[in-house]
Amino acid sequence: MTDEIATAKKPSRLTPDERTAAGTHDVAATPLRHPGRWVAAAVLIALCTGWMFSLWHNPNIEHLTIADFLFDGRIVQGVLFTVALTGCAMVLATTLAILLAVMRLSANPVLRVMSWAYTWFFRGTPLLVQIVFWGYLGLLYQELTLGIPFTSIQFASADTNAIVTPFVAGLLALGMNEAAYASEIVRAGLLSVDHGNVEAAHSLGMSPAYTLRRIVLPQAMRVIIPPMGNETISMLKNTALLQLIAVPELYTQTSWISAQNLRQVELLIVASAWYLVLTSVLSVPQYYLERRYGRGTNRSLPLTPWQRARRLVGQVRTRVAQVAHTDARTEGEA
Amino acid sequence: MNTQALDGPKPLVEARDVRKRFGANLVLRGIDLRVERGQVMCLLGPSGSGKSTFLRCINHLEWVDGGRIYVDGELMGYHEHGGRARQMKPSQIAAQRRSIGMVFQRFNLFPHLTALENIVEAPVGVARRSKADARTRGMELLERVGLTDRAGMYPAQLSGGQQQRVAIARALAMDPKLMLFDEPTSALDPELVGDVLNVMRDLAKSGMTMIVVTHEIGFAREVADQVVFMDDGIVVESGAPTDVISNPRHGRTKTFLDSVL
Repeated sequence: MTDEIATAKKPSRLTPDERTAAGTHDVAATPLRHPGRWVAAAVLIALCTGWMFSLWHNPNIEHLTIADFLFDGRIVQGVLFTVALTGCAMVLATTLAILLAVMRLSANPVLRVMSWAYTWFFRGTPLLVQIVFWGYLGLLYQELTLGIPFTSIQFASADTNAIVTPFVAGLLALGMNEAAYASEIVRAGLLSVDHGNVEAAHSLGMSPAYTLRRIVLPQAMRVIIPPMGNETISMLKNTALLQLIAVPELYTQTSWISAQNLRQVELLIVASAWYLVLTSVLSVPQYYLERRYGRGTNRSLPLTPWQRARRLVGQVRTRVAQVAHTDARTEGEA
Repeated sequence: MNTQALDGPKPLVEARDVRKRFGANLVLRGIDLRVERGQVMCLLGPSGSGKSTFLRCINHLEWVDGGRIYVDGELMGYHEHGGRARQMKPSQIAAQRRSIGMVFQRFNLFPHLTALENIVEAPVGVARRSKADARTRGMELLERVGLTDRAGMYPAQLSGGQQQRVAIARALAMDPKLMLFDEPTSALDPELVGDVLNVMRDLAKSGMTMIVVTHEIGFAREVADQVVFMDDGIVVESGAPTDVISNPRHGRTKTFLDSVL
């Protein structure tokens, strides 16, 4: 990166011939000044500093309370719960999404319509309504039974509220809702793969399932991962909606605490800080996944942040050495 | 039905009255062809004449609407029971395709796999060979097509000619009895065509049975045992290259050859 910028700045507006005619390699021109940029930057910095100052000195915010609760046991538990929920819901959503996308692209019209209807329903009703619905599933079915429909044959039966705990209800609500969106992403990914590749796989004797797993999906992943990263981040934040059905995740924990100590603002800041940390952390696996599935499409793989940092250190070092060298030379000349 | 046992050694490929339509468009209107073991057959003809479609029917990338295609005595794509044919399951069709290699005009290498991984994928995943064996064999095949030094490269890093040679090696890795080539040099820059044709020439010399759809008349004249000229979904004439290419009997063949040569 730094290399490119450095070289990009160098070329002058003279052609090589003109340059030789002028007998110089550097053009001594005064760079264009941009006073507007400086003014804009100064105003914005002043505004932000002012706002920060007012927050810091606001008597309504007890900074010590924030510090106290940031690593409170209940909050940390809530964070872990939020992470677990996000992870499980995304796994459920992705699995369902692949199934729905394959159904949507199948030759069987019944499967196509079912997949379409699923997406229609779960995309067409508010997530909040779906969450409450799953939370109150016990009102619809007191018991859940596993058996053969329209017969008296039953293999197992259990109380709904014992199986569909708040965690399970939240997981189902978030996962099934997300699957509807994710299935469109997966479908777009599957459609992006060149059909010639499918034919080549078939001509080698690969079965349709094998072709999907080894040839089509790995290529589709390149298209699927960036939007799925987005979806994961919104999923993480949507777990806060589960406060409504008392799933003990991060936001629920903060709201329970603030209901006792009445420090709503402080606890909202605690929650926001954790959400920001978690969403920031999530972009790391996304970067590595994109890098992995980008193999073959880029002529050379992008560097990992670690490799980039090492390269930057190396560049700074050589530059420092160069500067030291020229300094020593000019001193010698003087 | 079974006349094969009567007239001596079975041909490797036998097509009887093969018909295919896309909607109202009749693409194949009754193709009868035989390819003996170790023979090279070149299919010539103007675009839209049905040669590529016929080739794709052989390994069942297209369903036939009528007629039968036998490869090594096996009916492709159907079970035969007392003269009645039933469609096969996808897994059975996949099994039949394993002994038929195919090379495409657009190479169709798997872009997410390196050259060697492209070659090794089917032998390991489909034919259940050990990874080590498949890799050794893969390297042998890359040597045969002259690309040992490109084993670790991705298709995007290879030239068209190199990609096509990897594609040939990939098809050979399944040890096919029959190789199908669908205009293998049509998408290549002229200076890259020679390398691919050389690989195909060597392959023909080694005794591989090949069916080649091509516009390379010189290659057909030199390598083919049998040249078939197709137009408008039927075989116009077929025979030795000296007959069909040098002495065409039909006006349509003459016009086509004049326009190509």
